[in-house]
Amino acid sequence: MLADKDRIFTNLYGFQPWNLKAAQARGDWDNTKDILAKGPDAIIEEIKASGLRGRGGAGFPTGMKWSFMPKEPPKDQNGNPKPSFLVINADESEPGSCKDREIIRHDPHKLIEGALVAGFAMRARAAYIYIRGEYIREAETLFAAVREAYDAGLLGKNAAGSGYDFDVFVHRGAGAYICGEETAMIESLEGKKGQPRLKPPFPAGAGLYGCPTTVNNVESIAVAPTIMRRGASWFSSFGRENNKGTKLFQISGHVEKPCVVEESMSIPFRELIEKHCGGIRGGWDNLLAVIPGGSSVPLVPGHMMMDVPMDFDGCKEVGSGLGTAALIVMDKSTDIVRAISRLSHFYMHESCGQCTPCREGTGWMYRVMERLRTGDAEVEEIDMLQQVTKQVEGHTICALGDAAAWPIQGLIKHFRPEIERRITEHSASMQEAAE
Amino acid sequence: MLSRGVHPLMAARHLEPDTPELRARWGSFAWNAENAEKAKEVLARYPAGRQRSAVMPLLDLAQRQVGAETNTQGWLPIPVMEYVAAYLDMPIIRVVEVASFYTMYNLVPVGRYHVQVCGTTPCMLRGSDDIMSACKKRGMHKGHTTDDGLWTLTEVECMGNCASAPMVQINDDNYEDLTVESFDKVLDALARGETPKPGTQLPGRHTVEPVGEPTSLAAMVKENHDYRGEW
Repeated sequence: MLADKDRIFTNLYGFQPWNLKAAQARGDWDNTKDILAKGPDAIIEEIKASGLRGRGGAGFPTGMKWSFMPKEPPKDQNGNPKPSFLVINADESEPGSCKDREIIRHDPHKLIEGALVAGFAMRARAAYIYIRGEYIREAETLFAAVREAYDAGLLGKNAAGSGYDFDVFVHRGAGAYICGEETAMIESLEGKKGQPRLKPPFPAGAGLYGCPTTVNNVESIAVAPTIMRRGASWFSSFGRENNKGTKLFQISGHVEKPCVVEESMSIPFRELIEKHCGGIRGGWDNLLAVIPGGSSVPLVPGHMMMDVPMDFDGCKEVGSGLGTAALIVMDKSTDIVRAISRLSHFYMHESCGQCTPCREGTGWMYRVMERLRTGDAEVEEIDMLQQVTKQVEGHTICALGDAAAWPIQGLIKHFRPEIERRITEHSASMQEAAE
Repeated sequence: MLSRGVHPLMAARHLEPDTPELRARWGSFAWNAENAEKAKEVLARYPAGRQRSAVMPLLDLAQRQVGAETNTQGWLPIPVMEYVAAYLDMPIIRVVEVASFYTMYNLVPVGRYHVQVCGTTPCMLRGSDDIMSACKKRGMHKGHTTDDGLWTLTEVECMGNCASAPMVQINDDNYEDLTVESFDKVLDALARGETPKPGTQLPGRHTVEPVGEPTSLAAMVKENHDYRGEW
């Protein structure tokens, strides 16, 4: 088990104040100037060497992402240099995910210091932290923490005495899951509907206001200062090859004690649940299925999950994904078809309406899922649904279509007999009623 | 109007009709003194010439001002959106697009308390059905405001409180780890005009730590422990 001294988010549970003074006493903002003095390239190299992969779901190597930003600012049509921006994705809305909220309300200075370190490394002029609108109190804390940092000279002109000018702004969303997609987030920041853009151009080339932009998850940014202080080799001493570091796991559903906890990457599923969650409600034999990485990844039957190392590759090997490391645990009392159908409802509700396969497909899939839930369907419709998920998947501008398709595919793959049972039962009862 | 049975898509939200009465009530909307200052602060967050970026925070500010004036959570009458459009020098349709796209903007009047019950799978697994039933027992219906103007009920999608589910957001505060009993207490307190303690309603729990003995970071419970000495 990860030792407390190796946990980055020591105030994860908010037993202590979030404010600057308390954060500094825990080690935040400790000589940030020295970190910046290493220079942008050295910071990027250190983050690359640490093996940090993006914590927002896709798992793209963070240091490499930063290195895509231009070293010399591109010029606009008048020959003036364009600024670069860091956009921090705090639009945490993936069902099951609830980690960024804890960072923001209990350890906001880790994020703000990380914004300076990352922004400096990618030569950005400012960072915008896009926080989901429903995090109302959390945004209040974040605004106040940013204000504290300015008042202490840690942000703004000559930030933290580094000689570098850097601003951090907070932007609140207003209730649209799709804004977690990086180009939708940029659209939203520009004051528009959050509808994803076609790529290319990629944000590192033309992002916010047409300027070079990198979008990173809150956790990816917030761990950067600690990696810089303790060194890449410290961070990469946790987890398996290609899956390095510590990670915030969020366990919801049918465990005895749901919680958010920072653990070593690659911790086996069973160990994670035993150590921190008091086991499965009703015992391990009562485990039905797990969605290991937030609603967008396929479910995995319980018996296949036991020894899975909780990391990118481990979850992939069982046909799913680590996503945001949001584990939704379901015991045998769960109506598994309804659990997935409710996710289909979520994607229908959150489709931005831009691409036809997603706009129409998410509603269609939800309606069929609801009939499968009650059994009011034909057995052939299971295959039809499967086919439709394949027609949505990969045929939309962003990954929301894929995310809507995968949970259904996972259900059909692993629980087809259960769906068929419902259909048979329902048609038998209809038959009986008719006789 | 695009309609999807009982589950309207985000795009299917509708505006309150633009009537002479609506104009009479809201036609002269303008920032109050405090919000005029706040609006300036908001504008300063975005580069010169990019003031349109401020449309979301300003719609939120406007909704809150309407809320304060009507003793409700607030909503966005068309004349108020026009005011924001003029303030930002942008076409009204661009403002309406934004207001209708994002679900936190109320396009029709709501009650004193907007009871937003999370119904997505993590909350569903922890008993959000019972929470929804408790609302209905009090005469609340999804998408409606009770006759006394006290409650508006909405089933919302995941609010990011999954490790303390089930949860309900009421205006600006979250109530987590709810049971029917603890939820009833919250609603009773609100109905009496009190401010119940937000956050987890589970006795003995602080936030999202595992209930009971700490499984990590025990030193942090009592003091602001600095772990650097152990590095």
